[in-house]
Amino acid sequence: MADAPKRVVIIGAGQAGGQAAYSLRLAGYEGAITLIGDEPAPPYQRPPLSKAYFKGEMEAERLFLKPLEYYAEHQIDLITGKTVNAIDLQARQVEIAGGQVATWDRLVIATGARPRKLAIEGAHLNNILELRTLADVDRLKQLAVPGARLVVVGAGYIGLEAAAVGVQLGLKVTVLEAMPQVLSRVAGPEIGAFYTHIHRAAGTDIRLGARLEAFEGVGQVTGVRIHGGEIITADFVLVGVGVLPNLELALQAGLVCGNGVVVDANMRTSHPDVFAAGDVAWRPLPHYGREGRLESVHNAIEGGKLAAAAMLGQPAPALDVPWFWSDQFDLKLQTAGLWTGADQTLVRGDPQSRAFAAFYLKEGRVIAVDAVNAAPEYIVGKKLVASQAQVAPAELVDKSISMKDIGARALG
Amino acid sequence: MPKITYIDATGKERVVEAKNGMTVMETAIKHNVPGIDADCGGACACATCHVYVDAAFTDKVGKPSAMEQSMLDFAENVQPNSRLSCQIKVRDDLDGLRVTTPESQH
Repeated sequence: MADAPKRVVIIGAGQAGGQAAYSLRLAGYEGAITLIGDEPAPPYQRPPLSKAYFKGEMEAERLFLKPLEYYAEHQIDLITGKTVNAIDLQARQVEIAGGQVATWDRLVIATGARPRKLAIEGAHLNNILELRTLADVDRLKQLAVPGARLVVVGAGYIGLEAAAVGVQLGLKVTVLEAMPQVLSRVAGPEIGAFYTHIHRAAGTDIRLGARLEAFEGVGQVTGVRIHGGEIITADFVLVGVGVLPNLELALQAGLVCGNGVVVDANMRTSHPDVFAAGDVAWRPLPHYGREGRLESVHNAIEGGKLAAAAMLGQPAPALDVPWFWSDQFDLKLQTAGLWTGADQTLVRGDPQSRAFAAFYLKEGRVIAVDAVNAAPEYIVGKKLVASQAQVAPAELVDKSISMKDIGARALG
Repeated sequence: MPKITYIDATGKERVVEAKNGMTVMETAIKHNVPGIDADCGGACACATCHVYVDAAFTDKVGKPSAMEQSMLDFAENVQPNSRLSCQIKVRDDLDGLRVTTPESQH
């Protein structure tokens, strides 16, 4: 066992970096903690950005994970608005923009991810926005005046949540999606079809299989040209087509990276004293027998906790099944597990009732569940995923049997 | 401003001044009250802000919504006075509210 840590530096002050710092203090670590973020705000929750915060129902301060005073009270040196230029593994230092140097004996890389940009004509025009940070949404809010025309590119969680808020704010919204269904990366076709219907009923023009050719305009975007030549008029555009991990510092330092910084079950990178957590980490997914990168609150919190425990030589906390949620209109979508690889989908409940769930099975075991306004399906589904228990498909779709009973039978 | 008392599983009490409109969960986070994780930040999606409401306040606080009740139905160590603190909004008549946090939120 290496020496106990005395100086921890955390690069990235998002949910994962913040959690690593909080967990270190909660566990009784008394050494130095330097938490460096490139945004002006202290660590904050990102999920409400495309929901309540965009809608204007929540001020920025309510998003902060801890009140500002917390950091001084807990001797966490929080450096905001500063990027890190380089990691020196030999000298065990990081170089912060402006010339400051921070020395570490344990390092956490929690640099997150950045929105993927579209490499098409006109992508440089003004009023083509993305949605990742408080500053991004503050710009969106300025442009989101009633009657304005918003074109959303990409029908993932971010795009659809923003589209739902946009319609509620009185915008004229068009959503362009390259795939034949919405939410195609994260959910099955049953859920996709349901949300397409919901958004269309609310007045949003959803175009599936839409191929973008160019952003039109001079200086400022005025429209989006799609394959076939049609131009969809836009006062502003939101691009939500996924994210790329911020790997540059780890790569430059020589750490092993793939589509993320490669870590073991304890979030330890190829260097024994360097950890990675959050969106940037390529980690084992023990419920699925493979590795991957997750972009979620659950993953950020769990990664921060795992890294802190490993640094202090404490037992790792129990691992949760990956979980996600999305709020659109009056609908709460709760997801447990990862549906990729499913060989069967079972729908429980009637989508018309706006409360139903899709269970994704592989070889007779539930590997994921998408529950719309259906908390029992979500919670029991999550337990089924965790236990990898066999379930009877006929029971799972039978609404006369409660989820509690289904859970009790399958879990024994 | 209404006062809220948070009691942890060991019986330790913390009294804080709350702001109307904020939730009991947010008030705890703002004042560094331990024992409430609130992983999802108040979206009623994770059930890690579970509290027990003092008997004198259960009527005033009211009953959980259907969604919250479903989340509670499957949480650990649930009692009839269990609530998710992210779903209780602070208001004047909750002055003096006492809530107890469970031993663990997971």
